[in-house]
Amino acid sequence: MSSTVETATEIRPFHVDVPEEDLDDLRRRIAATRWPEQETVRDQSQGVQLATIQALARYWATDYDLRRFEARLNAVPQFMTEIDGLDIHFIHVRSPHENALPLIITHGWPGSVIEMLNVVGPLSDPTAHGGDAEDAFDVVAPSMPGYGFSAKPTGTGWDPVHIARAWIELMRRLGYTRFVAQGGDWGAQITDVMGAEAPPELLGIHSNMPGTVPPEVSKTLAAGPEPSGLSPDESRAWKQLNFVFTKGIGYATEMNLRPQTLYGLADSPVALAAWMLDHDARSYEDIAAAFDGHPVGNLTRDEVLDNITMTWLTNTGISSGRLYWENTLGFFDVKGATVPAAVSVFPREMYQAPRSWTEQAYPNLIYFNEVDEGNHFAAWQEPEIYTNELRAAFRSLRDERRSS
Amino acid sequence: MSTTVEAATEIRPFHLEFSEEQIDDLRRRIAATRWTSKELDESQGVELATLQALARYWANDYDFGRVEARLNALPQFRTEIDGLDIHFIHVRSKHENALPLIITHGWPGSVIEMLEVIGPLTDPTAHGGDAGDAFDVVIPSLPGYGFSAEPTEVGWDPAHTAEAWAELMDRLGYTRYVAQGGDQGAGVTDAMARMAPEGLVGVHFNFLDAAPRELLMAALNLRLAFSEEDRAQFGKFTGIFMRGYLTEMGEHPQTIGYSIVDSPVGLAAWMLDHDADSYEKISRAFLDGTPSGGLTRDHVLDNITLYWLTGTGTSAARLYWENSRAVTAAIKHSPPHVSLPVAFTVFPGEIFQAPRHWVKKAYHNLTYFNEVDKGGHFAAWEEPELFASEMRAAFRSLRDERRSS
Repeated sequence: MSSTVETATEIRPFHVDVPEEDLDDLRRRIAATRWPEQETVRDQSQGVQLATIQALARYWATDYDLRRFEARLNAVPQFMTEIDGLDIHFIHVRSPHENALPLIITHGWPGSVIEMLNVVGPLSDPTAHGGDAEDAFDVVAPSMPGYGFSAKPTGTGWDPVHIARAWIELMRRLGYTRFVAQGGDWGAQITDVMGAEAPPELLGIHSNMPGTVPPEVSKTLAAGPEPSGLSPDESRAWKQLNFVFTKGIGYATEMNLRPQTLYGLADSPVALAAWMLDHDARSYEDIAAAFDGHPVGNLTRDEVLDNITMTWLTNTGISSGRLYWENTLGFFDVKGATVPAAVSVFPREMYQAPRSWTEQAYPNLIYFNEVDEGNHFAAWQEPEIYTNELRAAFRSLRDERRSS
Repeated sequence: MSTTVEAATEIRPFHLEFSEEQIDDLRRRIAATRWTSKELDESQGVELATLQALARYWANDYDFGRVEARLNALPQFRTEIDGLDIHFIHVRSKHENALPLIITHGWPGSVIEMLEVIGPLTDPTAHGGDAGDAFDVVIPSLPGYGFSAEPTEVGWDPAHTAEAWAELMDRLGYTRYVAQGGDQGAGVTDAMARMAPEGLVGVHFNFLDAAPRELLMAALNLRLAFSEEDRAQFGKFTGIFMRGYLTEMGEHPQTIGYSIVDSPVGLAAWMLDHDADSYEKISRAFLDGTPSGGLTRDHVLDNITLYWLTGTGTSAARLYWENSRAVTAAIKHSPPHVSLPVAFTVFPGEIFQAPRHWVKKAYHNLTYFNEVDKGGHFAAWEEPELFASEMRAAFRSLRDERRSS
């Protein structure tokens, strides 16, 4: 509890400092893992495969530098500030360039600010990364409540709408009077909600997992049959989402209904790692390939373990899952954003949003592009493509900004 | 691998022994549990206070020798069926003309659920019954559960297990027997009834496994007139889908498998979160020391300890994956109707109380239907005497036929 308004709205520098004892405990637990026998199939259809998770555990306990994520986070300016009674952790990198466009990026589950570490440089310092000074952003990347170093809510109510409102407050507190917002996964939901709340400071949004599914189509997902009259793009999207809702939703259902029951995530590092690897079929394939020695893009073993290690050491496996319990919005449904919106479609995302649905979902669509590489974790796996997309997506809003 | 046909069909006595090392490791892990923060709402799953009370009792007061002692007190066997070692308890009644009965447990259960019904069923005269009520009891462990072997290939769905149970009864020399089940055991027993192997003369259920298919179809086609009571029960029926375990184990049992094999409290929480009624009762047993019937702290921990020490959390979970494939297949090729006599008991704490006409819709030859006044999803475990008296009443008419034939 804060004693005065001043301390409550204060922005305090933050530095990660992990006790050696916690690392020893983690190492001990990984080494003491009791394994189940191998799955009875030869593919990922029963979940995370034993060979993959054992390769991960081996690398985690023996070769991985457990202080990597700490060093990486401490290399960027981090802060804490209390919003609605909860300490919010965030990275805040101001661009050296004048007129940089302030941008708030929201991660998702099972992600964290770790996903964004490789885009902070290119976005805030474009001239050092093949861009122009006019492409510069001031970057704010907060940890969602219950994730990473943000505090864990002790009461209910921190749903995506509440988080969206907290982010608007955060940007105001940082003194930004005009900014843009971006996200994928939960970050996309929160960004869409910000776009629907449409505070005057919000110039526009960008999503790499847009909510576009028309309500009458959404109703048929998992229930079937596929509605007639869909275009080829729409039909593909319907089939992809129908797969998600019939074969790839177990983790979300469990966290939506009974997140607390997942005690193993707090007690077993391997249980946590497996749970975090099992997000969607394609990102799992890519991460499994990384532990097989063939990373796809930037989704390397070290990157994946940075995220898992931070989640373990902050003991946020269950507190992060509670967001699914809080949520009442349809993951892929239209959220009603009215501000200028930009969408990038990544080819290995859970579904490829058709332009037709996207145009209906975002009445003020200023940018739509389909890129060549990248899965659900767009910023993490393809930081260059992601950066270029953000530069292109928001360019027109900068012009408006200057002319206004 | 067996070398000869004789060896394969051989029935070997079984005796279990856990090493002190395994038990020490379990104690150490419970003591070293890293806990999560308290739930924000009681609807979020197994409550921290309940699970911590369980962990405290498990590590400090629970007698780890119990599972071994209770199971070894009974005649246990193993026999290989379709390449898989099947563990079972087999207690013959001292009474002549005892009716052979195969009882199948479910998830998150095991043969532990059935231990207290063995006496009343096999030795009725010592438990307020007549010699004419006696059963020979066969209680197998499902594939991947307890001391049955873990399948290493796909395909051990309820229908496959049903075939294996028919083979088991045949191998035991039974030419005329009945079968019983709740939960996944109802699925296996339902499959047995549909395939109607020679020798099976009737079945009893304490859970309407046939409901998801028949009932949903009926609801969709509006062939069932939904009364107010129907609607109330249909609402409760949909409560099955208010737990995530069903979806998670149906889709990715291996993923949750790492949690329940490596963390004792991870396993215990996962097993406590089956349905609202049993969770409340088990929770009360640990928090207030007021168990409901046989659902005592010791009995609940016997079952969890068996899962832990056999390391079968993941292999048990795979039954849901198999089941989910089987259900999908059954939509395309519906299985034969049940023409055998079916008996059904409705327990008031079960997830839903199937009205008689729902059961009749699923099983046309309904020879016994009764609603009892206590007991929940784990009927045999919670109310062993009531369960035994239901078995006696449910199968009485089949004995008469037997005598007259």
